[in-house]
Amino acid sequence: MRALSLAVLILLPLCSGCSGRQSALDAAGSEAARIESLFWTFTITVSAVWILVMTGLALAMRRRHEAAEPLPEPLAPDRRVEHRATITINALVIATGVILLALMVASFLAGRSGPSLAREHSLELELTGRQWWWDIRYADKDPARVVTTANEIHLPVGRAVELKLASSDVIHSFWVPNIAGKLDLVPGRQNVLFIKPERVGTYRGQCAEFCGLQHAHMALLVVVEPEQQFEAWYAAELGSAAEPGTPEAKRGKELFSKAACVMCHQIRGSTAGARLGPDLTHVGRRATIAAGTLPMTAVDLDSWIADPQAVKPGVSMPKVDLSPEDRRSIVAYLGSLK
Amino acid sequence: MTDRPMLDLSDLPTSGFGPRSPTWWGTLSFCALEGMGFALAAGAYLYLASVNQTWPLGAAPPTLWPGIVITVLMLLSLVPNHWVKQAALKQDLVAVRILLVIMSIFGAFILVIRGFEFGALNISWDSNAYGSIVWFILGLHTTHLATDLGDTLVLTALMFTRHGRELRRFSDVEDNAFYWYFVVFSWLPLYLLLDWVP
Amino acid sequence: MMSITADTRDTGLDDARLHRVLAWTWRTERGLIGALSSVDHKVIGRRYMITALMFLFLGGLAAVAMRLQLARPDSRLIGPDLYNQLFTVHGTNMMFLFAVPVMEAFGAYFVPLMVGTRNIAFPRLNAFSYWIYLSGGLFLWVSFALNIGPDVGWFAYVPLSGPEFGIGKRPDVWAQMITYTEVSALAVAVEIVVTVFKQRAPGMTLSRIPLFVWAMLVTSFVIIFAMPAVMVASTMLILDRLVGTQFFNPAEGGDALLWQHMFWFFGHPEVYIIFLPATGMVSMIVETFARRPMHGYIAVVLSLIAIGFLAFGLWVHHMFAAGIPELGASFFTAASMLIAVPSGVQVFCWIGTLWTGRPVMRVPLLFVLGFFFIFVAGGLTGVMVSSVPLDYQLHDTYFVVAHFHYVLIGGSVFPLIGTIYYWFPKITGRMLSERLGQWHFWLAFLGFNGAFFPMHVLGLLGMPRRVYTYPAGLGWDGINLFVSLSATVLAVSFLLLAVNIVLSLRRGASAGDNPWDAPTLEWATSSPPPPYNFARIPVVRSRDPLWSEARLSREVVQGLRVAVREVVITTLNEARPDLREPSPQPSIWPLLAAIAVGATFLASIFTPWAIVWGSLPVAITLIGWFWPKRVPEDEG
Ligand code: HEA
Ligand code: HEA
Ligand code: HEC
Ligand code: CUA
Ligand SMILES: [Cu+2]
Repeated sequence: MRALSLAVLILLPLCSGCSGRQSALDAAGSEAARIESLFWTFTITVSAVWILVMTGLALAMRRRHEAAEPLPEPLAPDRRVEHRATITINALVIATGVILLALMVASFLAGRSGPSLAREHSLELELTGRQWWWDIRYADKDPARVVTTANEIHLPVGRAVELKLASSDVIHSFWVPNIAGKLDLVPGRQNVLFIKPERVGTYRGQCAEFCGLQHAHMALLVVVEPEQQFEAWYAAELGSAAEPGTPEAKRGKELFSKAACVMCHQIRGSTAGARLGPDLTHVGRRATIAAGTLPMTAVDLDSWIADPQAVKPGVSMPKVDLSPEDRRSIVAYLGSLK
Repeated sequence: MTDRPMLDLSDLPTSGFGPRSPTWWGTLSFCALEGMGFALAAGAYLYLASVNQTWPLGAAPPTLWPGIVITVLMLLSLVPNHWVKQAALKQDLVAVRILLVIMSIFGAFILVIRGFEFGALNISWDSNAYGSIVWFILGLHTTHLATDLGDTLVLTALMFTRHGRELRRFSDVEDNAFYWYFVVFSWLPLYLLLDWVP
Repeated sequence: MMSITADTRDTGLDDARLHRVLAWTWRTERGLIGALSSVDHKVIGRRYMITALMFLFLGGLAAVAMRLQLARPDSRLIGPDLYNQLFTVHGTNMMFLFAVPVMEAFGAYFVPLMVGTRNIAFPRLNAFSYWIYLSGGLFLWVSFALNIGPDVGWFAYVPLSGPEFGIGKRPDVWAQMITYTEVSALAVAVEIVVTVFKQRAPGMTLSRIPLFVWAMLVTSFVIIFAMPAVMVASTMLILDRLVGTQFFNPAEGGDALLWQHMFWFFGHPEVYIIFLPATGMVSMIVETFARRPMHGYIAVVLSLIAIGFLAFGLWVHHMFAAGIPELGASFFTAASMLIAVPSGVQVFCWIGTLWTGRPVMRVPLLFVLGFFFIFVAGGLTGVMVSSVPLDYQLHDTYFVVAHFHYVLIGGSVFPLIGTIYYWFPKITGRMLSERLGQWHFWLAFLGFNGAFFPMHVLGLLGMPRRVYTYPAGLGWDGINLFVSLSATVLAVSFLLLAVNIVLSLRRGASAGDNPWDAPTLEWATSSPPPPYNFARIPVVRSRDPLWSEARLSREVVQGLRVAVREVVITTLNEARPDLREPSPQPSIWPLLAAIAVGATFLASIFTPWAIVWGSLPVAITLIGWFWPKRVPEDEG
């Protein structure tokens, strides 16, 4: 019993933090909500089982000797006692079977709502995992309405979404716990995940399958917004990059296209059209830099460009030699890409 | 505490054949784990065949003659293999010596033809997954063939020395024959898989 | 006085003389060459144990290093490159170099004693397996020290570990280390199967085999059928990397999930390979300290066998999130939950035995009680992660890290430590300190739960595993700090074990033959046992021979030769005496063969030709090993 109260003591302060931006216990999507209630069904059941077993153990130990010396003579089992013990154990085994069967059914039923989302979905995204960032495409029959972006997904609240998951290098795993369970991005295969965000907010997700050096810095944000806000965002994303307004930013644009940056990045509406790195057309509107590694501020953008390897060791973006002034111009330019 | 002898074992033999002998169980265990290895390799083959739309991935089918020759030779070798086992049980040293030589010749001959069989796969191991898995399976079986041949050669040599007269050597001969059965019988399903599935 | 010849029998020999002659016949020679040539299962078993415990400490140190890094958010103590090597080496080391070998070590040492024979079957193979194991372990840690330690996780998923993305030789080190440890594990498994089948003392029928021996037997079968999968898989991986095969390359018809299926077909049974021997240990300790024979012996044996079988039907539960069709996945949910039934049967039988017994609180039992507390919790979280929808959330998070440390440490390491306290007197002749043991237990128990319970919460709060750092402000900071502090307490508790061992070796109380008044045969000989284990092979008439048989005199067999190594071979089922087979002499060849094989493996990560060149020395050493030297008794 001492042990039990101890467990409770540890448990209580910990659970105060169960809500959060990256928590499986603070559901903001239909899938996560279903799993959350399944989680509590399981947790309550197995906790009860655990407590019962420990109680049985404590009772079994009530006739113990403390450190007897020499050890008492072995007992010869008594027929009647043995018989009763056998019956009790049989009953417990049956109970185990029944509980497991119930859990199995609960688990199976909770797994069954995917197909309805598949029927109702009205938005289709293609996610490609790259070491170590997320390449995002909003698919559309009309090529002019396809949006390409990176590391940040905007979704309308209450609409079912189909996510097509693929990888261009190693296995990654898409996981935004508030919205849904995870699913892997496997090279050579396509996995499909249906989700339905149900609460407005910004949720953090993180690659869950170990994918090399910077697996720890492969996060993404899911911004769930009301329909209109989403449409506005979408419309803006469709457009080409904003023309730089200030001379500083203009200079940045030129530098960008002369430096190595163009070899990897695309900025629609400019000469930069490479797809090795994230699309930067509207990079200034994103909340983070390099898959959640840094917040999107001028200072952080500057230190990112100054030495990506220092910020995210091993990252595929090289350190490009630029003077601090040139860097400031590029930062101004990128920051203006709203 | 005193010991109270109540069973006298002085008349027990010091060596036995078949399941009486621990070595036989050891051989059986190794056959089990190696058989598992074959089964898994075959499983990998079937898995790869099932995840691909086309199979054998556009490769030409294997040339059949080396496989046929090897399979026939292997089946034929079962006869002297059976004899050598009988001779061992009867502790007939002369017959064991002759038959072991025959078995060694069989093994060597099969190994040589096996060399052609790799060529007859008509694909390189690095062309695609089909090439990789057939080379793998054939290679896996070939290592067993080669080990058994080595084992048989050493045993044959041993039987021509003074050690050949010991009871335990006959038990070893029997185990060697047992292992050859395993090599042959594990080959048959692999042969069907390699030559007749694609 | 008659003189001893090769054919002298023990019949009528007086005890003192018998001991002298047998000790000489079964001796391990003095000197370095003698030690390296030993084929005594106790000498080799002890080496195995010490080596495995050394790897526990090394792996534990790696864990402490990881916990230092994770104690604070955005910590820069350890970079990603080193961290990834640390957790890979930690996991690989703990699974392949500690947990499996330590169980086999106890098996190799105690199974022959518990079944009442004089040496393990194929003792030279046993020596060989130890050398291979040692070289595999050194290979991993030396590579780590040279900064070419593997960094792809203990299950080395392709394509990360494949030719395109695997860095340098690191994944090759992992794949080849697997080969070493599998070869050694398979060898010991075969030895144990044959020892249990053919070398049991006369009268030890199948239904009288001690439960620890049953557990080792079932484990050995699981090893025989599971380990080939990872050998095949790791060979394919090396071939992909070295000679350009395409097993795992989707562009050429290969498939990344093939690796996962092959790995987990082994990997899931692997965890029961670690767990089943521990259940044998629990049975043994419960029996001795409840002061009564096991309640439900048959049920426990059947559960062991059931777990052994079911272990092969669960592997996909590690791959739910990889995109397995839901219906297929549900099958594996059902199978995974089913395995809770035999586990439950065992738990209930143990508790029933304690309930109807008169339990005596000693350190071994204390650790077994800790086992109940922790393992049942870990098993139940296992049931949680076996649910497909729940696993979508919990997979690859710290919740799973919590689950498996609960079952690995609670389910295996706690019984193991209880067993160390239990068998230390038999191995060394001295008792471990009971007081230090109590301290050790409470520190380990509190440290363990403090370190691993909060990890469940971390996982639910979204912390993935295998991250070298994490940002502040996600609610993980305080928990991680607490975890790291508790892990240090856990580490200190292991330090106490080391202290206890060192102190007790010097001045521990003398143990006597049977300090716990335990029922099984290993206690029917002196502590430590003589090289020949038993002066006369006992005859067994019940499950608990030292309890139920006449406590003053012991029935034994006679008629064995004394100047020649001879073991009694009995029939499989009834254990009727059948043969008196010679048992091999010491030999240096197993070591030489291990060197040849080890060097071949090592070289093969650089060039495939190594297999060709290496086969010559390997063949030579094997012939040396098996070629008989002296008539009549000296046999391979
Ligand atoms: C000693 C080792 C050990 C043991 C014994 C177990 C036991 C079990 N494990 Fe665990 N497991 C691991 C070691 C072990 N596991 C490891 C190392 C991993 C991670 C590998 C990695 O990814 O690195 C893992 C991962 C793992 C996963 C994959 C998780 C994931 O990656 O997402 C799953 C999923 O099903 C699982 C399930 C189970 C189940 C159902 C059991 C069952 O056998 C448990 C049965 C026992 C009980 C249930 C308790 C006793 C029973 C009773 C008291 C009866 C009453 C019970 C009920 C009514 C329910 N385990
Ligand atoms: C039997 C197996 C076993 C054992 C015993 C342990 C023991 C421990 N493990 Fe291990 N662990 C695994 C098997 C095991 N682990 C596996 C399979 C993985 C997965 C790897 C992967 O993902 O690939 C893993 C992963 C793993 C992680 C996750 C890493 C990640 O995902 O990033 C962590 C993190 O905390 C961890 C911690 C610990 C700790 C603190 C201990 C402690 O119990 C250690 C106790 C300490 C000692 C035994 C050291 C002895 C003490 C001294 C020498 C004293 C001196 C030192 C000081 C006082 C500071 N382990
Ligand atoms: C060799 C290719 C390469 C070059 C050259 C390169 N980048 Fe990158 N860049 C990348 C990659 C790959 C990433 C994604 C890194 C990650 O998050 O893991 C990236 C990320 C970024 C990001 C963050 C994007 C986001 O969505 O978070 C910015 C901003 C950026 N690069 C700017 C630049 C600038 C400015 C230059 C030139 C000075 C440049 N890059 C040169 C490959 C490159
Ligand atoms: Cu991508 Cu982890
Ligand atoms: Cu498993």
